Amino acid sequence: MQSNPQLNANGELRHLLSIEGLPRDVLGSILDTAASFVGVTEREVKKVPILRGKSVFNLFFEPSTRTRTTFEIAAKRLSADVINLNIAVSSQTKGESLLDTVANLSAMQADLFVVRHGSSGAPYLIAQHVKPHEHVINAGDGRHAHPTQGLLDLYTIRHYKQDFSRLSVAIVGDVLHSRVARSLIHGLTTLGTPEVRVIGPQTLLPTGVESLGVRVFHDMREGLRGVDVVVMLRLQSERMRGALLPSAQEFFKHYGLTAEKLALAKPDAIVMHPGPMNRGVEIDSSVADGPHSVILPQVTFGIAVRMAVMSMVAGK
Amino acid sequence: MSVLPDAERLCAQLIAELKPLVGPNSAMIGLYTGGVWLAERLHAGLALSAPLGTMDIAFYRDDYHKQGLARDPKRTQIPFPVEGRDLLLVDDVLFTGRTVRAAMNELFDYGRPARISLVVLADRGGRELPICAQHCGAKVEVPADMRLRLRRGDDGELKLELERAE
Repeated sequence: MQSNPQLNANGELRHLLSIEGLPRDVLGSILDTAASFVGVTEREVKKVPILRGKSVFNLFFEPSTRTRTTFEIAAKRLSADVINLNIAVSSQTKGESLLDTVANLSAMQADLFVVRHGSSGAPYLIAQHVKPHEHVINAGDGRHAHPTQGLLDLYTIRHYKQDFSRLSVAIVGDVLHSRVARSLIHGLTTLGTPEVRVIGPQTLLPTGVESLGVRVFHDMREGLRGVDVVVMLRLQSERMRGALLPSAQEFFKHYGLTAEKLALAKPDAIVMHPGPMNRGVEIDSSVADGPHSVILPQVTFGIAVRMAVMSMVAGK
Repeated sequence: MSVLPDAERLCAQLIAELKPLVGPNSAMIGLYTGGVWLAERLHAGLALSAPLGTMDIAFYRDDYHKQGLARDPKRTQIPFPVEGRDLLLVDDVLFTGRTVRAAMNELFDYGRPARISLVVLADRGGRELPICAQHCGAKVEVPADMRLRLRRGDDGELKLELERAE
């Protein structure tokens, strides 16, 4: 078996590139560590000294406000120095290669690179070329993975439902373009979730999605019946080329989450969404703001999860 | 090698020593893991009104750059305002003093206590920082290559043990 580029010789987390391939005990350890950081984020002084003197470079080759901001907050709460680089509008447009950009930042004494890139695999490429004391966290690469979002989803589910071993989780909507869905499916199956369902039109589900160990539903009502957790995905209209869908209204009619459809899930079901939400496209406002929604706690937990990942990799 | 003192007897002795000193402004924080076990006993024995606080100093350690983050740190929980309190900080064994340094740094991120007193079951010497215990069950001589630690049996009984340092 090929060695896992995310782990060091002792099996400890050195980079976070994907949830796929992370052993169950490492996943559990990240979630446990995040729980301790939730305690820090609830204090008056929301800062610990652990990454004092370390430099975290946020390399965003693709625009993102929420993810970049939460990584920035997480790094600052760990006392690191944070440098935000919006590369979409910087040297890459002048023709510099990805690895040249990284080599230059490395010469500025970087310790940790947080990378968001439109191409799948870009964070892997960087991880292969960084120095031993440098670390890479994937903040979303193409359609491939968004591991910290997947981890914060797992954290949120564990927070509200405690145990994965009896859960039924439905992931609804544009699975095809969603790196979040892929990361979450891998995490849920690794942690022993017996039932993971994906619900969406054939055109928005990747071919062979069943091989990830999920049940596929095209009828949303049927798919939501009896589930404990509903994860709504954003309809990524900016990634769509060609006619995958008739219209947003048509999508909402079939795959938008309304109170009436949610009533088919368990009475204590939780509703999640990675954001940013399209109200009236994939989720009705009354559900997004309703009693089942844990969408805003997800954002808060996301900071603690990113603190956990950063502090775990940067020490190895 | 001398026989290790009886942890249960030291615990009773510390309760007797602290009893006349605690008041309505007193509160207690135990340090994971052995310090929390000891603090649970002292807290009950002294009948303190403020609930017991527990602390894991993983995010304040001074060896992070060498050792990385400790595995599965516990969540620090201090269920009372630290500001202006008379605090008893409890650990099982006092050695280099580095844990206590980290604990005091973490404490001040919760507020400014009126006073912090250090309570330990055993002091094995070997200090690397200017820290001392105000209340100490016993001084114990321990060979340099050994580790002294508190154990808690299934019946809840506390016991000091020596093991090889890793």
